[in-house]
Amino acid sequence: MALDNETVKGIARLARLEIAEEDLPKYGSELSNILLLVERMEAVDTTGIDPMTHPFDAHLRMRDDVVTETNQREKFQAVAPNAETGLYLVPQVID
Amino acid sequence: MTISTLKQLSADLAKGQVSSVELTKQYIERIQASSINAFISLDPDHAIAIAEEADKRRASGENHSLLGIPVAQKDIFCIEGTQTTCGSKMLEGFTAPYTATVIENMHQQGVVSLGKTNMDEFAMGSSNESSYYGPVINPWTNSASPLVPGGSSGGSAAAVAAQLAPAATGTDTGGSIRQPAAFCNLTGLKPSYGRCSRYGMIAFASSLDQAGPMTHTAEDAAMLLNTMAGFDSKDSTSLDLPAENFCAELGDSIEGLKLGLPKEFFGDGLNDEIRTLMEAAIKHFESLGAKVSEITLPNAELALPSYYVIAPAEASSNLSRFDGVRYGHRAENYSDVKGDFSDLEKMYMRTRSEGFGDEVKRRIMIGAYALSSGYYDAYYAQAQKLRRLISNDFNSAFAECDIILGPTTPSPAFQAGSRTDDPVSMYLNDIYTIPVNLAGLPAMSIPGGFTQSGLPVGLQLIAPYLKEAKLLNVAHRYQQETDWHLQQAPIHGGQA
Repeated sequence: MALDNETVKGIARLARLEIAEEDLPKYGSELSNILLLVERMEAVDTTGIDPMTHPFDAHLRMRDDVVTETNQREKFQAVAPNAETGLYLVPQVID
Repeated sequence: MTISTLKQLSADLAKGQVSSVELTKQYIERIQASSINAFISLDPDHAIAIAEEADKRRASGENHSLLGIPVAQKDIFCIEGTQTTCGSKMLEGFTAPYTATVIENMHQQGVVSLGKTNMDEFAMGSSNESSYYGPVINPWTNSASPLVPGGSSGGSAAAVAAQLAPAATGTDTGGSIRQPAAFCNLTGLKPSYGRCSRYGMIAFASSLDQAGPMTHTAEDAAMLLNTMAGFDSKDSTSLDLPAENFCAELGDSIEGLKLGLPKEFFGDGLNDEIRTLMEAAIKHFESLGAKVSEITLPNAELALPSYYVIAPAEASSNLSRFDGVRYGHRAENYSDVKGDFSDLEKMYMRTRSEGFGDEVKRRIMIGAYALSSGYYDAYYAQAQKLRRLISNDFNSAFAECDIILGPTTPSPAFQAGSRTDDPVSMYLNDIYTIPVNLAGLPAMSIPGGFTQSGLPVGLQLIAPYLKEAKLLNVAHRYQQETDWHLQQAPIHGGQA
């Protein structure tokens, strides 16, 4: 099963990636090869097997509802590509 | 020049035979004279200032075993005030605003961070060839064509093998500590999942990622793990256990130790020379009193397919944070992105396409596909069920044996450029290491000998959950009887 150009475009959109038209066949064939490797899973009967989401089935810890972090907005926004007066600036989204 | 171990440097510092400043300067000189591209960034003045601090701490009576010892840090760990790239253009010039817990723990014990080592982009790779900052040369290269150091912790492995640092940190999601350790003749330990905090370690696949030490000896790995590990409330999957001394069992007899050989790790895919060296190592363990028997991990062949769903799925989610808004690269021009997208979407798409390399894009796309509507049960849920079967196999195996032994990789280090055109052939490097990550177990690669052409071969030891101290001793006992781990790479020190 080779992924066609339209499918690759759809996946790229989900992943928020821009893939040039001429690169679609290359990605299609590489992704298909990986999926071929992955397809070996299909043959296994996993009825009644619980999915393993973590190496140990631990519960998330609870903690006291108290403030543990201090506000470091300026420090963290100093590494932003474009921030001003505490806000991250992005291209206009509302007309 | 001979191999310097942490144990020996620690003793030299304690006796006052060398200062941390002298040691740090010596390694920085070697790094600056070297041309294997093992480091992405270096801040000599800062490292020397920290070394001065360590010398003062020692003068005032402190005596941690690693106080004043320089260690190279994989560039996946955030260190406040230093560039942290994760091998990606996406984070070129990114100055971390905080420090990873593992690094913070080391700094508190007086470890001097020597510089940030090269790595596959976002830790995705087995050859260090996906790094935006260029490939790394394996110090064991002994001909005109360079060999890869393995990956993703390829810069860390090459740095220690070339004696540009006495030890380094690495991270292991599917073999990224053990495979480069095998290719570069080092001791590399992936601890149990949850031992080392993941806070400040840039995430690849959160349910698999684990930090660990890369050293010359098992003793050194135990010492370094002592400073790295520990509970951290900032990591929701950190194990809340009392502190443990991983050196505690070093030197214990292994008389009667039950070693299991998984028959699936000795199949057709294994290089003949590696098979012969494994057989010799098994005899060695028998002479130390170990009882060897064959075991089976019947679902091991499903590890690779399961991993190549789970890891990309988690990566696609983790790497969605790189959007050009809060940190990292942002595209300057994006209005010409084709398709019916808003300007914001166009900015995201151009930013991510410029910032990520090919392998990262492939894995994000596989992950996005596996998690997309209509495919989730067939891919992600099925992969997690297989993960359970693989984990159950290990549980059954450990009912019959104490430690599992096998090869780390199916073949020794390969030539640069020889596998970059075929992603799946690159993935096959990790067939013996990946099952361990899926099960969350501790495992090591230790030097197990050399091929006819002088390439190092790694021996993998796998232990039950939380049995690092025992695992380290089994490796240590082997290293007391062998000297593979003390061999010096052809390219070392400041040589070209």
